[in-house]
Amino acid sequence: MALVELRNVSKIYRLGEEEIRALDDVTTDIAEGEFISIIGPSGSGKSTLMHILGCLDSPTKGTIRLDGVMIHGASSRQLAAIRNQKIGFVFQFFNLLPKLTVLQNVELPMIYSGVSGKERRDRSMAALESVGMANRAKHRPSQLSGGQQQRAAIARALVNSPKIVFADEPTGNLDSHTGEAILSLFRKLSTEGRTIVLVTHDPEIAAVTPRRIEIRDGRIAEKIDLTLAGLDRAAAPGGPAAGAEA
Amino acid sequence: MKTSSGALRHSSAQFSTTVAAGVREIWAHKFRSLLTMLGIILGVSSLVAMSALVSGMEKGAKEALVAIGGLEKVRIEPQDIPIDQRHLADQAVGITINDVRALEGNAPLVTRLSPEMRLSATVSAHGKSFRPWMLMGVWPVALEMSEHVIEHGRMFNEIDDEMARNVCVIGTETRNELWGSPEQTGREIIPIGETIYINGVPFTIVGMFKHYESEQERKARELAKLEPKTDQPKDTVARDRGRGGGRRRGNFVFYLKNATIYIPLNTMWMKFRTGITLTGFGGGFQATGGAGGATGDPRLSNLEIRIASVDTLPEALQQIRNVLMSTHRGIEDFTFRTQEEWAENINNFIRDARLSGGLIAGISLLVGGIGIMNIMLASISERVREIGIRKSVGAATIDIFIQILVESLVIAVLGGLAGLVTSFGLVHLLSSFSPTENAPIVTVTSMLVAFGFSVLVGILAGLFPAIKAARLNPIQALRYE
Repeated sequence: MALVELRNVSKIYRLGEEEIRALDDVTTDIAEGEFISIIGPSGSGKSTLMHILGCLDSPTKGTIRLDGVMIHGASSRQLAAIRNQKIGFVFQFFNLLPKLTVLQNVELPMIYSGVSGKERRDRSMAALESVGMANRAKHRPSQLSGGQQQRAAIARALVNSPKIVFADEPTGNLDSHTGEAILSLFRKLSTEGRTIVLVTHDPEIAAVTPRRIEIRDGRIAEKIDLTLAGLDRAAAPGGPAAGAEA
Repeated sequence: MKTSSGALRHSSAQFSTTVAAGVREIWAHKFRSLLTMLGIILGVSSLVAMSALVSGMEKGAKEALVAIGGLEKVRIEPQDIPIDQRHLADQAVGITINDVRALEGNAPLVTRLSPEMRLSATVSAHGKSFRPWMLMGVWPVALEMSEHVIEHGRMFNEIDDEMARNVCVIGTETRNELWGSPEQTGREIIPIGETIYINGVPFTIVGMFKHYESEQERKARELAKLEPKTDQPKDTVARDRGRGGGRRRGNFVFYLKNATIYIPLNTMWMKFRTGITLTGFGGGFQATGGAGGATGDPRLSNLEIRIASVDTLPEALQQIRNVLMSTHRGIEDFTFRTQEEWAENINNFIRDARLSGGLIAGISLLVGGIGIMNIMLASISERVREIGIRKSVGAATIDIFIQILVESLVIAVLGGLAGLVTSFGLVHLLSSFSPTENAPIVTVTSMLVAFGFSVLVGILAGLFPAIKAARLNPIQALRYE
């Protein structure tokens, strides 16, 4: 059984008379431990897909099963609990709370799952350790470089041992060198057995993942555009190189 | 199932963290928060100060009420004859000693009777003269009736009254005017045995009442007594003189008691019968010339009676009325004056003062609450992104709601506490601004009520911003710049 099962999912917005299909009948699976990228130009619907997968949004039609649980008709409270326990997010703009220290930022998800103070600190330090940020625990986000902030954000995403981590353009706000380092951190986490979904418009970044889902106009593209994805160059990481969902 | 029990576990473990976050948020905007709190501080302190002032007034009024004899005392006064009985005016007997005898025999609900003849007199002695508030001819029982206490000498007795002796009992005010007050002379003069001329007639002073004053005056006096001893003793005389001269009269009721002179009723009748005042406090009654009524019995200025208990007041009044209607030949030339009216007036006044003061203080608390709401709305629109982040890591709607509500509550609670502290200063300031005889009393109840209101205002003010914040869509909140 796949970790995530997406069946005929559509997301339809209405702007007056006009109907906008942000997602149109998407069906796919993500297996446990997979390292996967969702790629597509802006406005393609990839963000909508991520929001639905990440339980930030619910689909207009279709069903999602996450870790064996149907996410359908769940209350906002239940969705919050699922986000808290099973999902980690990493954002383009890091989204650390500026008034809190790095440690407090990493503790944040555990505050909402009711973990006691001591355990919170221990687990946060462990998470910071795993991204190489333990020595910056007492710093404020504003005192850190972009790459360091993103590492702290990754520690926060990992701290509740989620089933799946979504990274939305995680390198979009970093220089290429730092971005490279963040990507290799994801690769490392992947080898440790984490399920990671990279969401990006950049084929070079998508190239690091063994599997890619390309979204275009709200649908999963049948054929990957090799020139766009630059796959002729990036097929190396192995596995089922052709990311087309058949 | 699992989530709901988990959520419950949340709220308890989370609470201290939420409060800490609220405090941190407020600390991050110190000046802004202080300004916001100021509304609550002023509201709470004005509520407490207002209540303290009213409580002080209430206490002063109650003290005065006890000083004049309490609720059980009723005064029977002469009154204009009703219009439909005017033609019988020449037959009206007025309030006389005869009434006293009749009431003694026929009104069991009356426990004590004290007839009074009043005269406004000039007294002189020691080369000075003074117009006391009232010269009263009374029976010795008047001592208990009017809650008088003899401090020096004795009250005149039945024999003095029977023999119509020229003896009198004075109050401290008369002594102060004629011989000088202790503050002026530096020692207390007790003029027992001295001769005093009342409208030219010599009287021997046999007794002096104690000095009546409100608790506030007593404290002030004791303080003044202590003060000069501690610093410069040489300066004492000069300073005391200045103080004595500019001294405030104090509570009027206490002044009246201090400035009253008592002489035996019979003496009054024998020596001054033509001048006796026959008007009640209401005024307007025309004395029928001379002191004798239609029956020739000595007429009284008024008759004070004490009844067994306040509970039987209406019955007692009815009883007295029945007796008097028969002795007065059915002519209603008397009226009752009860302290109950006064007590009710006090209560009404206190209630009105409390209500209007509370309303104003309440409005200022409300304004404080609007300030909180305003700042909370500004705060959440600054923190849309933060709310989005919190939601993305798993904060439920209720978590955000509680967070914003707690922040608003923390402002209100801190403001409320600061307001309680400030209220003491405000009370001090107010009592120095508006010199009242009654020291304000800060009550615990008023502090609790004021604090409770500030908490309530904090909750109400936080409610709308909290709902607004909690309803934010996480996706839009995360995108918000």
